[in-house]
Amino acid sequence: MSFKLFSLLVQASVWTIGISAISIGLGFLIALGLSAALLSGKALYRRPAEFFISFFRGVPLLVQLLLIYNLLPFIGLNVPSIVAAIVGMSLCTAAYQAENLRGGFESVPKGLIEAADMVGFSPRQVFLRIKVPIALRLTFPALVNEAIMILKSSSLVSVVGIVEITRMAQDLASSTYMPIEIFSSAALIYLVICWAVALAGRYGERSLPGAAK
Amino acid sequence: MTLPAISVRSLVKRFGTTTVLQEIDLDVPEGKVSCLIGPSGSGKSTLLRCLAFLEEASEGMITVNGEALGFFENAKGERERLPAGQIRAVRAQIGMVFQQFNLWPHMTALGNVSEALKTVHKVPKAEAEERAMVQLAKVGLANRAGHYPSQLSGGQQQRVAIARALALSPKIMLFDEPTSALDPELTGEVLNVMRELAAEGMTMVVVSHEIGFAATVGHQISFLDQGRLLFTGPPSEIFAKPRHLRLEQFLDTYLDRGASMLA
Repeated sequence: MSFKLFSLLVQASVWTIGISAISIGLGFLIALGLSAALLSGKALYRRPAEFFISFFRGVPLLVQLLLIYNLLPFIGLNVPSIVAAIVGMSLCTAAYQAENLRGGFESVPKGLIEAADMVGFSPRQVFLRIKVPIALRLTFPALVNEAIMILKSSSLVSVVGIVEITRMAQDLASSTYMPIEIFSSAALIYLVICWAVALAGRYGERSLPGAAK
Repeated sequence: MTLPAISVRSLVKRFGTTTVLQEIDLDVPEGKVSCLIGPSGSGKSTLLRCLAFLEEASEGMITVNGEALGFFENAKGERERLPAGQIRAVRAQIGMVFQQFNLWPHMTALGNVSEALKTVHKVPKAEAEERAMVQLAKVGLANRAGHYPSQLSGGQQQRVAIARALALSPKIMLFDEPTSALDPELTGEVLNVMRELAAEGMTMVVVSHEIGFAATVGHQISFLDQGRLLFTGPPSEIFAKPRHLRLEQFLDTYLDRGASMLA
């Protein structure tokens, strides 16, 4: 297999990484809102959030992507397929991340909040200075895990016409008749990316303020 | 007679249908060390938590230096809850030290002690940290200011927690079994800090199993059993000639363990 073919796969990985990174980031923001709704104690907020999460965790990402890809133009939004891909991936990961965050917020030890109450923190200050940082620490490993899942799931966006690693590999395989070499190369590239994310995650976890060394 | 620092009147605390504190009347004298002792489950920690308003009493009144804590009696004689701001203002007179230290793990010792000054009282960072350093020095941990809780021993963590409470200049310090989570070797350093505080005339309420500390530092000892305050008096009365049968049984368990100094 030529260097040329391999470098085409590497170039396509920019799309894989880009779509995944944006989706993780957007998904995280949506998940913050969802977890707040889950923990609000008000059915008005909690129920829709629960429904959202059940839907996006209960329907295969492939089906979600196809649905969103076809639904957006149907409701009059003619957006590029990349937008459909990012919307689909973000909503899906948001559902998973929201559950992680909910667990994280619920695991903040009650005593730490009482200590903050005793020194006069307002509920808002308790949330921003104590609950958020500690919940993020608690959920950080799960977030890294989710980032790796999303990186691999991004191969599904090939169905809406994005030429990321998997789609590029399929195209190259059918034009060169070297499927084994090409798909092995694609596997290797995924492996390296995911390994790098895992490594970065472990480093990040260790460098969180106050992490046990 | 001076006003008591904390006054508890007819306090009842129920969790669901279980009554854990029954008709508690207690005056905490100013500038003195009051100890709450009693067997596990006697309600002493719950009583202390009511004094900090971490638990809301089901009935009765608590006043802190004459100000109602949490609830007050309105003109019609009904018990009414005070607004959150008011509760915070009265609570500001109280510092609390917990059994599990409850230091914030994402902040250094200095961060833990200076955080409320910065966040709540809007003291500029440099000044807040200077004041925090004074408190850390007081508990003997100035050289650990940059350490995170995970890098400190239990005894050091508890001393940081004491410094954190002291940084806000409370008038009253509450201690909820401050040494129960510590190895025997580490309890000494925490008790020493508490002794120094007592010597300075801090008003303290201490829930503890350290009967020796209560006997030597305490000015007023209250004995609780099954949610009732059975006895309040100076240590000389309680330890020298225990008259109450239940108190005698309770203290005997400590004598069994070799606390001969009490005999």
